[in-house]
Amino acid sequence: MCGIAGIIHRDGAARIGDELTAMLNSMKHRGPDSTGYAIYGPADEMVIVRFVLAEPNDFTGFGMDEKLERNRAEVESRLAKIGAEVATIQNETGYAFRATIRYGGDLKPLADYLEDIPGCKVLSLGSSLEIIKDLGDAYTVHDQYGLAKVSGTHGIGHVRMATESDVDLASAHPYWAYPFADVAVVHNGQLTNYHSWRRRLERMGHRFQSECDSEIIAVYLAQQLENGLPLETAMKHSLDDFDGVFTYLVATGSELGIAKDEMAAKPLVLMETENLVAMASEEIAIRALVGTEVETRDPFEREVLTWQV
Amino acid sequence: MAGMNTKSGVVYDARGLVEPDPEPPMTAVIDGDTAVIDATDLTTRKINLELKRIVYDEGVNEVTIVNPGSKHSLGVGILKRCKLTFEGSPGWYACGLIDGPEVQINGRVGWALGENMMSGSIVVEGPSGSLTGAALRGGDLVIKGNVGARTGIDQKGGTIITMGSAGINTGFMMQRGHQIICGDANDGLGDSMYDGFIYVGGKIASLGVDCVPAEMTDEDHEFINRKFAIYDLGTPPDFNKFECGKVLHNYDALEPSERKLVL
Repeated sequence: MCGIAGIIHRDGAARIGDELTAMLNSMKHRGPDSTGYAIYGPADEMVIVRFVLAEPNDFTGFGMDEKLERNRAEVESRLAKIGAEVATIQNETGYAFRATIRYGGDLKPLADYLEDIPGCKVLSLGSSLEIIKDLGDAYTVHDQYGLAKVSGTHGIGHVRMATESDVDLASAHPYWAYPFADVAVVHNGQLTNYHSWRRRLERMGHRFQSECDSEIIAVYLAQQLENGLPLETAMKHSLDDFDGVFTYLVATGSELGIAKDEMAAKPLVLMETENLVAMASEEIAIRALVGTEVETRDPFEREVLTWQV
Repeated sequence: MAGMNTKSGVVYDARGLVEPDPEPPMTAVIDGDTAVIDATDLTTRKINLELKRIVYDEGVNEVTIVNPGSKHSLGVGILKRCKLTFEGSPGWYACGLIDGPEVQINGRVGWALGENMMSGSIVVEGPSGSLTGAALRGGDLVIKGNVGARTGIDQKGGTIITMGSAGINTGFMMQRGHQIICGDANDGLGDSMYDGFIYVGGKIASLGVDCVPAEMTDEDHEFINRKFAIYDLGTPPDFNKFECGKVLHNYDALEPSERKLVL
């Protein structure tokens, strides 16, 4: 069991950090292990890199500070070598970083080059996407990463109850669809043909950060997008290609979509008004956002819906 | 008991139990045999304790719960005849395990409405999530919107009336009782059902294993008309009837008396 939530503001940016936190906190009973956000701010000419240099669980220990400092210097040096001009690097928690860079090249070699550094995981790359995820409930992560200041036009979030893999940052959602800029996925469910799809996608050159079955959705969609398919078509294909139970949300710089498996085994409630679209595993999360009685509906099985932002 | 306070105001004890040893909040406004509970600032457990207090101890027959705020498990386990009205939407598991109440919900509900209900009625003005009337044993459920997947899974009695459409595997492993669906039904209607009847007014995507069409009889028409009249649902559409084909569960290997036991 996990909880997922998504918001689209059609009338410009809003305090989406606070809004998603309220929604995710109301679904804490669906998963207290970790919380994650994929927030889309206004598109920038800069590329935003969110990365971690260690797992929160490994963060303490002899020589950790020196090791992190060394690896951080290595990140900067590698960014310079690959032709990226670093504008800012903020240290958010000691192990999690946010960098803005000027970079016009291909994102795949950039991500690969950084992840070659021991312990380094690129959480997201893009001109508007920022993935923030960590252990703990929604308010813990919200306070730790200062999400009260974060605004955006749309975003998705996730509270996790670990079932198929570890409680660690690598297994926390959302997942970035490496190496595609600004694509992120959150998932509620279990995928039973994970291993066969993982082997298939690895042979095609995709990399996996974790042992979490949900990561396959992000990587799968990335592969479909690479083949030139529109997002909605890629999502429709996923209904036939994945076995198991799932409801997932996917967001890009300009789109947000949902897909529900053929058994309708995982919940989703949807609210749509002229200026606001909100969706969550349970209606209680939508109520945490809007506060009053609103008209909502539950998508049926095999429904794929996308919205332009 | 030492507890841990969280931002939501819910207290957990060291074992992770929510609100150990709670007391009814005594906030209901009672007027003769009617009462109003404002659920805004109350937790699920407090709302249910207050509801039980006024229904069992104060002898109130008509309770209105305002601002339920989609909280889960509201109005469960009421084993007395009374009238409950929700002004707004309760969340999941609403009015489960009830025996007697007549419930009106002026909103929508989440998953598993009226789970294992024994008798009484629940009328929902909006849509309902999946697993509506799971293991229903008696009484009537009326949902004026759509219902999700697996409505009446393991249903052992009672009637579920859906004015909208129904999702996948409606009536899955149903064992007795009736379902009336005015809209469409998705794939796997009546999958692996043992007994009971399903009436569908709209299109059927596909029938489940061992669910077969049957002839509408005068009794069926009388039954549907009676239920529509009780809940003031207007003129019923034309229905197709479905029942168990009785080839899946080795019916022929059982004596009639044993069969009754199994069901």
